[in-house]
Amino acid sequence: MTNGVAAAAKLTASEAPNWRRERRLLAIAVAVLVVLPHVPGLNTDFGRSLLTQMGIAVVFALSFNQLYGQTGLLSFGHAVYFGLGGYAAIHVMRAINHGFPMPVFLVPLAGAAGGLLAGLLFGALTTRRAGTVFALISLGVGELVYAAAFMLPSVFGGEEGITASRTRAPVDFGVNMGSQLDVYYAVMAWVVVAVLAMYAFTRTPVGRMCNAVRDNPERAEFVGYSTPRVRFVAFAVAALFAGLAGGLHAINYEIVGAEAVGAPRSGTVLIMAYIGGASYFSGPILGAVAITWLSSSLSEYTSAWLLYLGIFFIGMILFAPSGLAGLLLMHRPIVRTRGMRCVLAAYAVALIPLVVTATGAVLAIEMAYRLATQPELGTRVRFVGTTVDAASPAPWIAAAVALLGGFALFRATWRVVASAWDRALAQAKA
Amino acid sequence: MLELVTVSLLNGIVYGLLLFMLSSGLTLIFSMMGVLNFAHASVFMVGAYFSYQLGRWVGFWPALVIAPLLCGLIGMAIERYGLSRVHSRGHVAEILFTFGLAYVIEELVTMGWGRNAVANNVPAAIDFPLFHVFGSTFPAYKGLMMAISVAIFAFLYIALKKTRIGLVIQAALTHPKMVSALGHDVPGVFVLVFAVGSGLAGLAGVIGGFMLLTQPTLAHAIGPIVFVVVVVGGLGSLAGALIASMLIGIVQTFAVAIDYSLLDLFRAAGIAVSRASPFYEVMAIKVATAAPIVPYLLLVLMLILRPRGLLGRREV
Repeated sequence: MTNGVAAAAKLTASEAPNWRRERRLLAIAVAVLVVLPHVPGLNTDFGRSLLTQMGIAVVFALSFNQLYGQTGLLSFGHAVYFGLGGYAAIHVMRAINHGFPMPVFLVPLAGAAGGLLAGLLFGALTTRRAGTVFALISLGVGELVYAAAFMLPSVFGGEEGITASRTRAPVDFGVNMGSQLDVYYAVMAWVVVAVLAMYAFTRTPVGRMCNAVRDNPERAEFVGYSTPRVRFVAFAVAALFAGLAGGLHAINYEIVGAEAVGAPRSGTVLIMAYIGGASYFSGPILGAVAITWLSSSLSEYTSAWLLYLGIFFIGMILFAPSGLAGLLLMHRPIVRTRGMRCVLAAYAVALIPLVVTATGAVLAIEMAYRLATQPELGTRVRFVGTTVDAASPAPWIAAAVALLGGFALFRATWRVVASAWDRALAQAKA
Repeated sequence: MLELVTVSLLNGIVYGLLLFMLSSGLTLIFSMMGVLNFAHASVFMVGAYFSYQLGRWVGFWPALVIAPLLCGLIGMAIERYGLSRVHSRGHVAEILFTFGLAYVIEELVTMGWGRNAVANNVPAAIDFPLFHVFGSTFPAYKGLMMAISVAIFAFLYIALKKTRIGLVIQAALTHPKMVSALGHDVPGVFVLVFAVGSGLAGLAGVIGGFMLLTQPTLAHAIGPIVFVVVVVGGLGSLAGALIASMLIGIVQTFAVAIDYSLLDLFRAAGIAVSRASPFYEVMAIKVATAAPIVPYLLLVLMLILRPRGLLGRREV
């Protein structure tokens, strides 16, 4: 009995937030965010715009994970709250353009309010159930709102969307939004506030109850909590931050259209959070940054990038359900015991056949895509510095050999990785 | 008026039976395995493309047989090499897997046949008028579609309720360990169910392909409506899926045909509504414009008010 109490006390001590570490992390993050838009390569309008998009995606993905990772509610319609928040923000921005006395900097608050309102309305209807039912209702609500957006053109702007200007404000408050750099700093200020607020929320008793409802709803009921009410609170909080992200989106693009509430955006945020690692708070941050960067850089080189994303997503579901964050954190005990060198060497061995496999797959996919979707560009495909002719059999044979041979080799070398991993882990435990 | 009602009713039944063809396979998979298969509409789309391609190579009638079989094989592979690995992690992991699969299949189809719609026209063999109603013709392919749809219903009903394998399948869902202990191959049963469900999706694709537009976005356009049918009809109820399909088909077809709004109703009742009055825009929406949201409204209301659906025996 006393043992149990002592263990519980120890647990709470280690679980208690170590605010000193958090404060240091925050200081580093803020410093990085201040310097980042001046780093060569990112100090263009394009680079700053990309960074801004990443910030918005981070808030959106974290708000999604408040539902999925923290509370166990899988939503296929989270863009509804992003989009409705965006619409609220863009309408407030229009009012500012016409003389409403409010600094443009505060427009995301309107987005948050819009998201919260929508979340309270739909949350009351949908959070009574969890699991598959919730997933289905969220899908239905998403399709419903998307279809409805085309029926009320004065609110949603129909096909063209609603536009507003972030610079035209008859009442001046001294905050300028002229350049992309101004927008970057304004957005990032909100991103930092939002990330901190969401992190703090996971540390509150309500945030902890969300985890309990996710893991064992029956027991949470026995302890005396109403699971639907906890889900409702989590849903409202998630909708609020999704709306905030929508408001930031409105400032950045100065336009919000029906696609802001559409299913593709809901799907993308799900993929971001999952690939990053839904069971960690920081996972969705990683996923949002990685996917935003990939979508902007890869889509320049290949029209097949959604296929690569889909394959990557399925691969993560099958082999790494804890996401990128989980893969990284898996190495923590080994780094501590300095067993990393041995594991890294094994990785390097396995990486070679993996790269060969991937090269074969990418070559085949790129050639097939060219033939099917861009026949007007001819059959000659540029590939890693050389040009191959998709109409001749040689590159296809090369691709098949690389794909199958590489895969066979990869399976063989994977044993090396597994044994190196086991040894390092045994060392870490000893 | 009679003409409008008759033609709309007929079109509604045709659309409803097409929806049933599409959702029968999903009902089977969802109710027997509990897997909310997001890739079902994608397999349907693959069926449409296969029938288009095979139709050009070997003609329509062989394609009608081969395309569903190929889709069944695809379903078998999905369950055997993908889904079976995530069953142990619960339904949410299964949903995510099929969700990712839908992405990949859409892109693979794009890779095979391009981004634009292919010219998947009605085959000449079944493109003749069957009979005439009020001057408009009723083509034979719609008749074939209705016949196949009814045949699917009969086949599934008999297979599940009257055969031994149907009994094993039903038992494997609720008591997998017991069924396995009795010597039945439960993973094999799941593979079979998934293959048959996917094959039915492929069959629907062969017929539905030329009634809808055969393009890579087809799966996304049709997918959510199929979920609506399965949920509204009720989990595990084939008859429920049939009724829900017909209901949605007929309601939506009639809604499209009605060119009136709430405003017209108020005007007919002698109530004047000016542009300045609140909710003017909402009242001015014509029923025909609101038709696309009808199925989703039905879905959300059904899940909130009666989660087990029209004829379902247990909740989703």
